[in-house]
Amino acid sequence: MSTLEIKDLHVSIETEQGTKEILKGVTVTISSGEIHAVMGPNGSGKSTLASTIAGHPRYEVTSGSITLDGQDVLEMDPDERAQAGMFLAMQYPVEVPGVTMTNFLRTAKTAIDGEAPKLRTWTKEVREAMEKLKIDADFASRNVNEGFSGGEKKRVEILQLELFKPKFAVLDETDSGLDIDALRVVSEGVNRAQSENNMGTLLITHYTRILNYIKPDYVHVFVDGRVAEQGGPQLADELEENGYDRFLAAV
Amino acid sequence: MTNTPSKEDVAGVDVGERRISIPGFTEEGENLSKETNAADEHSHGGVGESEEVTSGAGSRAKRHTGYDPAGFPEPSGTEEEWRFTPLKKLAGVLSDQPTHGAGTDQESVDYQVSEGQQGVEISTLTDGQSPRGSVLQPADRAAVLGYKNTEQALYVKITEGAEVTEPVRITITGTAAGARANSHIVLETEPNAKAVFVIDHRGSADFNGNLEVKVGEGSTVNVVSLQRWNDDAVHVGQHDAEVGKDASYKHVAVSLGGEVVRLNTNFRYAAEGAEAEMYGLYFADAGQHIEHRTFVDHNSPRNTSNVLYKGALQGSSARTVWIGDVLIRKAAEGTDSYEKNQNLVLTDGARADSVPNLEIETGVIEGAGHASSTGRFDDEHLFYLMSRGIPEKIARQLVVRGFLNEVVQKIQVPSIEESISEELERELEISGN
Repeated sequence: MSTLEIKDLHVSIETEQGTKEILKGVTVTISSGEIHAVMGPNGSGKSTLASTIAGHPRYEVTSGSITLDGQDVLEMDPDERAQAGMFLAMQYPVEVPGVTMTNFLRTAKTAIDGEAPKLRTWTKEVREAMEKLKIDADFASRNVNEGFSGGEKKRVEILQLELFKPKFAVLDETDSGLDIDALRVVSEGVNRAQSENNMGTLLITHYTRILNYIKPDYVHVFVDGRVAEQGGPQLADELEENGYDRFLAAV
Repeated sequence: MTNTPSKEDVAGVDVGERRISIPGFTEEGENLSKETNAADEHSHGGVGESEEVTSGAGSRAKRHTGYDPAGFPEPSGTEEEWRFTPLKKLAGVLSDQPTHGAGTDQESVDYQVSEGQQGVEISTLTDGQSPRGSVLQPADRAAVLGYKNTEQALYVKITEGAEVTEPVRITITGTAAGARANSHIVLETEPNAKAVFVIDHRGSADFNGNLEVKVGEGSTVNVVSLQRWNDDAVHVGQHDAEVGKDASYKHVAVSLGGEVVRLNTNFRYAAEGAEAEMYGLYFADAGQHIEHRTFVDHNSPRNTSNVLYKGALQGSSARTVWIGDVLIRKAAEGTDSYEKNQNLVLTDGARADSVPNLEIETGVIEGAGHASSTGRFDDEHLFYLMSRGIPEKIARQLVVRGFLNEVVQKIQVPSIEESISEELERELEISGN
């Protein structure tokens, strides 16, 4: 049983117009096995939260804390966070020149586990995980994300989620740009990782559509860098019906 | 890789122009066969490079070649073939001078040739002794001066039908920075021979070195030229080959060391049915200028050519230039040709120029294509890999090794491949990452 605790998190970025505060005091606690959906309109700071948890250098934490079982996550470099059991499925996965998927997956797995995976079982594991996510076998020999379509990139993020077996995953708009079939395949992948690894999940999304496949235990409504309201799954239904107007009016 | 087209600056990376030159053809003429070249290989108007179609005025067919230095005045830097080059640093190799200490134990370079293999004959050639001068036609002032000032050219001949199993190694070691050295090497294979030549340049010198390779009918020849100079060395050179009927020729240039390296590597054909390739791998650090100019002269019908040069740059003022000329002459029907240059910029302040020039004088060809791209390894790549648990240093190695490995594998001499891989690892250490 692990806990990822985000407390009163304030985050700023440098812009040409000066420092801009994006997160204005976010508090969320996620335990193993829980799925937390974070919903909110564009520009409310959802992706900033995701990137900050993963340690993107662009985001400066001005106050507050993130801890993983009491360990200070903010003190860790991005690679150390991943090694500690955290994973970010990115909204816009980056194309990495010169590095094949096979090489990348093995190198990352080795770094995360602290030892190289056994080649035979690993190869099989990768192949099977790719099959389940309906990723063509030839992707293994292609460079990381290079020339992949938006949907393919998202599948490959979830492939990593399944192979790296993190304790906590942040899924940053994994559903955006997916057609209905891809959405189902990707959601099944998340659910597998969830049930097999007792993973804690922070699922960031605009739309309730993905929540038909991935059932949240908690829903947080994000508005203007804060959690405006929290509730159970029924809060998502209400958002589906009424949109964010009720929350935006208060800003 | 960054893929946003803009002029002269892509996400902070300086990149040079790229042009195509196809007299009488529209831009579509650059890739005449869809079967041979996948469209996505074809980064026409690619990464951050401006583009203009030049007229025939700069045609390689009209470029002056000859053996008289008077035909090549001292360059001012505005000439097409010199405009990317730091001429001040080349003063030593562009002056009409003999080799420093020639014939004494003070000679500025030392030559070692591996001997003792069956079918390998080693001797020297003076000017006028065939086949010296039958393949190499000096195409710039550096080459003509190197030619003129080399009295005895090293001559290695592989006899007819000989299959030489071990590489013939020619190790050239410069003994003093700034000391002028002229060199001319002639390699020849008689028909149906097979050989690998490794020319290893090390040490320090102002080195002006020409190489001519006469590839006999049905021969298979692999020339690997390693530029592993000290940081204060200057190297200019012209490597020409004539590829015989049904022969197979491969030239691999690996340029890692030296303050300035400027290599012109060229080939043409003696007849039909040949395959010729040029590969290049370079890694420029702060203060280095590494320039490769390739010229494929499709002067006869039904031959195949392929050119691939890949380079990495790191550190302020690291500079690389690749100029890739392909000329498909009127007679060269049935030609199949492709050239590609890719650069990976690892840090700010480095600059890669990449200029493919394709001239096609006949439409009756199998294919002719080119691609050029310059991308950077940036913070987003690094963050992505690190967010997957990969430490920064390994992430950088992963990217550079993966990028350059395609060319390392073309060397196909295991011991050399291994030592180049090790040197690339050391290059990455230099960046302090």
